Amino acid sequence: MTIENEIPYSQEKIRNDFPILSLKIHGKSLVYLDNAATTQKPNAVLNAQDIYYREQNSNIHRGVHYLSEVATFEYEKARGKVKNFINAADSKEIIFTAGTTASINLVAHSFGKTFLTAGDEVIISAMEHHSNIVPWQMICEEQGAILRVIPMNDDGELLLDEFKKMLSSKTKLVSVVYISNSLGTINPVKKIIDLAHHAGAKVLIDGAQAVAHIAVNVRELDCDFFAFSGHKIFSPTGIGILYGKTDLLDQMKPYQGGGDMIRSVTFEKTTFNDLPYKFEAGTPNIAGGIGLGAAVDYVNTIGIDAITEYEHSLLLYGTEVLQQVNGLRIIGTAKEKAGVISFVLENAHPHDIGTILDREGIAIRTGHHCTQPVMQRFGIPATARASISIYNNREEFDMLVRGLEKVKEIFG
Amino acid sequence: MSELNELYQQLILEHNKSPRNFKKLELYTHDADGYNPLCGDHYHVWLKLDGDTITDIGFQGSGCAISKSSASMMTAAIKGSTVQEAKKLFEKFHTVILTKIGDTISEENIEELGSLGALAGVREFPARIKCASLAWHALNAALTKKDKSISTETEKN
Repeated sequence: MTIENEIPYSQEKIRNDFPILSLKIHGKSLVYLDNAATTQKPNAVLNAQDIYYREQNSNIHRGVHYLSEVATFEYEKARGKVKNFINAADSKEIIFTAGTTASINLVAHSFGKTFLTAGDEVIISAMEHHSNIVPWQMICEEQGAILRVIPMNDDGELLLDEFKKMLSSKTKLVSVVYISNSLGTINPVKKIIDLAHHAGAKVLIDGAQAVAHIAVNVRELDCDFFAFSGHKIFSPTGIGILYGKTDLLDQMKPYQGGGDMIRSVTFEKTTFNDLPYKFEAGTPNIAGGIGLGAAVDYVNTIGIDAITEYEHSLLLYGTEVLQQVNGLRIIGTAKEKAGVISFVLENAHPHDIGTILDREGIAIRTGHHCTQPVMQRFGIPATARASISIYNNREEFDMLVRGLEKVKEIFG
Repeated sequence: MSELNELYQQLILEHNKSPRNFKKLELYTHDADGYNPLCGDHYHVWLKLDGDTITDIGFQGSGCAISKSSASMMTAAIKGSTVQEAKKLFEKFHTVILTKIGDTISEENIEELGSLGALAGVREFPARIKCASLAWHALNAALTKKDKSISTETEKN
């Protein structure tokens, strides 16, 4: 094809790092293009988890025995890795959660209960995942606050002029997605954060689709909160991060009560632990946290900038070959895009596309991608979505195109 | 025949392309929504009952080829039959599409379904079984709801 770009690292080596990629599905080599849903796990992460359970397993922050010390050390080391990875000022600003959804719910609940009062406004965008819509609807209803939505254009780009008009002294929080999971749009979050701060509002960035693909620097962005899931960056499921600025987290009420988040308990009064433990009630996903630390190391070994560059060239290639498929229309054509290609095909419903591709060993996502308002905005019930990670290559997009030709053979 | 060809048989593709009874009934006695929130498939089914007989049926909505052709075949199969017959057919249809992969289903069972037997291939695709049964569940919901005596959109206005 016409786009030539040097792959900045050995594809073969990368692919060998992910054992699942050698699977045969229905007798065909697996082509895994569902990375926006979840990424596959490299040996480094699998091994870290395995070692933890075989050689380090113990509860953390509790025992004085050897294993508890080792487990605590490894878990806290992982926290430090995440802190460096997103350039937070302090490890206590890194709260382990169950994932992006849990992180957003934590902010909605704790920030909401602490700072939102009747008549206040929360702003989200038209391209949010349900997990960045529903928690805000719930807390706004509870506190009597108003939820407003930044609209977008036909390419899937947010209308910043409309956003500017929405901002006022009533705006308490703006919660927007960094990269849209259904459109691939990379939002101008730095600009959004600056505008919101100028109006006196705090900002949460949903970074679920960002962390594995572009460099995230929370201090440079100056966001107040940043949420992401481990499983979208080569880690196990059930682990995620909420980054928050210390002064804000200090002021916020705890979310859940339980072990680890308290300093002392009597039946009359409980005093809460310091950050980050104030927001970490109960025994956490220790193995998951350690796995996330290993995943961060793995990404650092390859280099996040190299990943961005490689995935961008693959996005351009994938877009070009898919556009040549007759009757295919790409949904989400923003100028700034990450490796997510949503599309619809004439005469064939996305679910049928998904089933036929599956028989070719090709895994894509079909449906509304938990962004029903996006589907409504574009007047379609669902899309088929191919989403990229570092182990994908051009050959796989060629196979996807051949698979789509099969779909067309059946559906004409 | 490959599993894929068995799933997407000509009859199914044909019903998908030109669904039967793909219309809203102006005069109906029963109706219900069939919605799969996970995938977004969405149909509405309208029925006109005369006593115990389904004298007319229509559906509208959007979804995949399996859900749409299944809805179309369903309407064609039960138009003119009694409620009991329709419910019995649903049971038979359900039994066939829920038969586990590897378990044999008798030719007789499939034959009893008539053209609906074309959907038997869906059992090889567990993720798609709910597509095939969506319209049927809507039908069931419509029949279970209380008879609301004939209503039309225009009459309501």
